Amino acid sequence: MNALTALPTRKDEAWRYSAVEALKGADLDAWRVIDVPAGESYRECLTIEDSESTELRRLRVSVGEGGRCELFAVIAAGKLGRIEVEVRLAKGTHFELGGVTLGGRDTVREFVTRVIHAEPEATSNQVIRSVHWGKGTGNFLGQIDVVRDAQKTDAAQSFKGLLLEKGASVNAVPQLEIFADDVKCAHGASVGQLDETARFYMAARGLSPELSRRLLVQAFIGDAFVALDDEAERERLMGIALAKLDLHL
Amino acid sequence: MLKIDNLQAEIGGTRILNGLSLEVNAGEVHAIMGPNGAGKSTLAYVLGGRPGYEVTGGSVEFMGRDLLEMEPHERAAAGLFLGFQYPVEIPGVSNVQFLREALNAQRQVRGEEPLSGGDFLRLAKEKAGLLKLDMDMLKRHVNVGFSGGEKKRAEMVQMGILDPQFAVLDETDSGLDIDALRVVGEGINAIMRAPEKGVLLITHYQRLLDYVKPDYVHILSKGRIVKTGGPELALRLEEEGYEAVAA
Repeated sequence: MNALTALPTRKDEAWRYSAVEALKGADLDAWRVIDVPAGESYRECLTIEDSESTELRRLRVSVGEGGRCELFAVIAAGKLGRIEVEVRLAKGTHFELGGVTLGGRDTVREFVTRVIHAEPEATSNQVIRSVHWGKGTGNFLGQIDVVRDAQKTDAAQSFKGLLLEKGASVNAVPQLEIFADDVKCAHGASVGQLDETARFYMAARGLSPELSRRLLVQAFIGDAFVALDDEAERERLMGIALAKLDLHL
Repeated sequence: MLKIDNLQAEIGGTRILNGLSLEVNAGEVHAIMGPNGAGKSTLAYVLGGRPGYEVTGGSVEFMGRDLLEMEPHERAAAGLFLGFQYPVEIPGVSNVQFLREALNAQRQVRGEEPLSGGDFLRLAKEKAGLLKLDMDMLKRHVNVGFSGGEKKRAEMVQMGILDPQFAVLDETDSGLDIDALRVVGEGINAIMRAPEKGVLLITHYQRLLDYVKPDYVHILSKGRIVKTGGPELALRLEEEGYEAVAA
């Protein structure tokens, strides 16, 4: 690779909403490779929780026939915090991604995924929840490729953004390229604010505005870790996310 | 205990309460009845401190304190419970978690020790039993997927757990079948009938009052109390209608 690889700009689709100005000095060629052998399961929990400037995690995953890969992640630090995953799914595999972004000030935190259903009968499920305040931005760019022979593919993508303050924003870009005809692909995206009716109800039971917000955010991001079948890990990830919220609000 | 004096309130610039005065002493149950649009729910929300309900005049004193100066959660901690006509669904938050956090938040304000998980569950089980609500319902998310009747019973379980000094119950009887009405009525008596407690019962119908006998019945019309009497007033209303009785 040329050491002088040009930095991406916002004209690149995968960097469209990113903080490209924060990329200077970042090692953009550092892709980590994960090979999940046929029939095996792999799970990893990733967190970006204490970087001040820029932190990129780039994973290139391939899942062998009948295998399973589960990734769960919290991005709660960095001027730019970005987790990029490219997954190639063989026959009868499953890929699960549960991700949460949180952030305020002028930070950008994002998931960029490309899930390639390269063979038939693979399933994938991605659940991203983004909670932002200040001038913070959360992004989910999710590409799904279903190749011509990948019949019986079942791919799902769900994104929800929760904006705690005016000035924060989220962007969701689902991108589905489907070349097989017997497939199921679902994607949904929504953006909202805290439910003030619920907050008054909670206040009427004695919860302060801070406590009701915390409970509602906890419920909101909990969706991302429903598929994580390890209570201790689930609580650890929730703890990291909520600590970030407590610190800034 | 609760002293409302010449209360005026509006929503979005529209005057709803027009100089409402009412005093409830400890040990008393008062019923407020009135036609649609009289301001019954507005009164409940103003007492609870709901944002958007603007008090433009008058005063409310609750156990010697200025209620209107307090934030909604402070009112709860001071012992005021607002039973909602339409209990709110909170997806993702279980009843057990919600109520334990609420109870402990109230206890903290009052300078009491938090209740442990075990003690809380025992308390919740006892109160759920009182209202004949399956304990499994309390493990589910707050009001999500509950029927109308279940929501109202869950509301009373919440009241039992939080054990308030004073309850404002906004049409707690609506949406209940006959059996549930009896259970809820008996629940209100068990939780709130005490010499040091008070209840303001807002209702359309006399039937809840068969179970929860009020000491006073008030008729609310156009944002003020137009008539006050004993339980017999509710019976007359049922027979003759608001227009005849309040005229």
